[in-house]
Amino acid sequence: MSLLPTMAEVLRQITKKPATNLFPAKYLPKSITGFLGKVSEGKAEINPPVITPENYRGKITYDRDACIGCKICMRVCPANAIEFIKETKTVRIYVTQCIFCSQCNDACPVQCLHMSSDFMLADEDRYSENLIVE
Amino acid sequence: MTSENKSKKAPYTIPIGPTHPALKEPILFTFRINGEVVEEVDFAPGKAHRGIEWMGMRRNPVQIVHLTDRICGICGVSHTFAFARAIEQIVGIDVPDRAHYIRTILAEFERIQSHLLWAGVAAHELGFDTLFNLAWRVREESMDLIELLTGNRVNYAIVQVGGVRRDIEEEKFARIKEGLRYYESLIDKLLKLFLHDKTINMRCRDCGLLTYDAALKLCTVGPTTRASGVRADVRLDSPYAAYGELNFDYVMPDLYTGETRGDVYDRIVVRLLEVAQSVDLIRQCMKQMPEGETLWETKMPKLLAACKKAEGEAVGRVEAPRGECLHYVRMNKSDSPYMWKVKASTYSNQLSWLEMLKGEQIADIPIIVASIDPCMSCTDRVAVVRDGKPDIYSKEYLHRLSVEKTRRLMND
Repeated sequence: MSLLPTMAEVLRQITKKPATNLFPAKYLPKSITGFLGKVSEGKAEINPPVITPENYRGKITYDRDACIGCKICMRVCPANAIEFIKETKTVRIYVTQCIFCSQCNDACPVQCLHMSSDFMLADEDRYSENLIVE
Repeated sequence: MTSENKSKKAPYTIPIGPTHPALKEPILFTFRINGEVVEEVDFAPGKAHRGIEWMGMRRNPVQIVHLTDRICGICGVSHTFAFARAIEQIVGIDVPDRAHYIRTILAEFERIQSHLLWAGVAAHELGFDTLFNLAWRVREESMDLIELLTGNRVNYAIVQVGGVRRDIEEEKFARIKEGLRYYESLIDKLLKLFLHDKTINMRCRDCGLLTYDAALKLCTVGPTTRASGVRADVRLDSPYAAYGELNFDYVMPDLYTGETRGDVYDRIVVRLLEVAQSVDLIRQCMKQMPEGETLWETKMPKLLAACKKAEGEAVGRVEAPRGECLHYVRMNKSDSPYMWKVKASTYSNQLSWLEMLKGEQIADIPIIVASIDPCMSCTDRVAVVRDGKPDIYSKEYLHRLSVEKTRRLMND
């Protein structure tokens, strides 16, 4: 029994790098758009986002030309995020509804669905162009 | 509340919840308190009902498997695993051996991360935030390994009816072993920091006692019951997946302290020792893992057709990090299950609060409540609403309903 066995560990931590992921900017900028503008001009540096692992399940990608319109993806989608477009016999995927299980990728007989490593999907409009894949 | 309780004299009635900083999830506690001492406890769950079973009964088994991932944010594998086991029994699926081992490895990684998460939360509830940050820092390694094996950190989506969706390739073994070595080198330090600390000893020893008899009587499960000296573990009592071929034993607190008291301290002991046990189990799995397929049927339409043809009922039991997790499924020759019932471990454990909290002090409420590792969102399966207001089904009312139904059936 000791009073503060954690103390040694805490002191050791002082010399180590922080375990948490770094924020994009070192300090909170006054204006985020201003900061991003500076980054694109090369005047400021941005901490890159965390590297995703291999086979990460991010935003879905869809190869419309390869799709045969078999609807199997719709049958296995737990979130019912896939809609069939009758006219073109293709599908439309609502990313806001997608739960990123990639079950449709496994089920697709022609491999026209894939998961990208894109995970920054926040948007103010849930039907924005970025969040509907077709 | 009776008028007696509203008086300004002791004992006072204090409600804590449904949302309160001391509670991690919505639940309403009502304490009758005399001075600093809790005299009586009552609680009302059902504040986080999400209707997952309702959603499941409108979906086919392949869809539900990924829905079960979302029942609990921590036991992502346990619920899918239990559900898949129930469906596999109904359909008569023979799961490939390699899939059994991969499921076991993932379930054990989940136990590591869940127990470390709990250890951190327990430290936080004691007001020991340094240790909380430390526990969560070391937990990150298991999260990274899970991300490597399944693709995502939290919603793994790896278990499929009839196997697992991703194989563990040979080249990943080195990285897994590195992670296991990390935890093996760490476990002594964790035990020292948690169990040899004077503050933790003072706060947790003989606090929140649950006797052996009470643990048995209340049908508690998992680390909560083992900390009270009951030898119960689904992995050993009715082995599933690869557990039958592995060499391990019940983790009891007396292995470390030499005695079983059934207090919060013993629950910390059990959970930390189980981290070490999980590391050992993963090592055994990696050594014994056979080659072969990982899925019973890779073609989705064939799997769905097999599920649609199936008829019958089954129970899938899995030892989740918090205790036994049970899924009951009934299939009736249709796309979606006729009945799906989920019983999370907290459902069995929550009644032990009444026993544990009696006679304890207000300051100990957070750690005692957290000591069973409650997960209210996983537990809440029913919320009764009548005329737009919350209501309660009493035992007598349910009994009357049951008698009425029997009469109806007999008259038919």
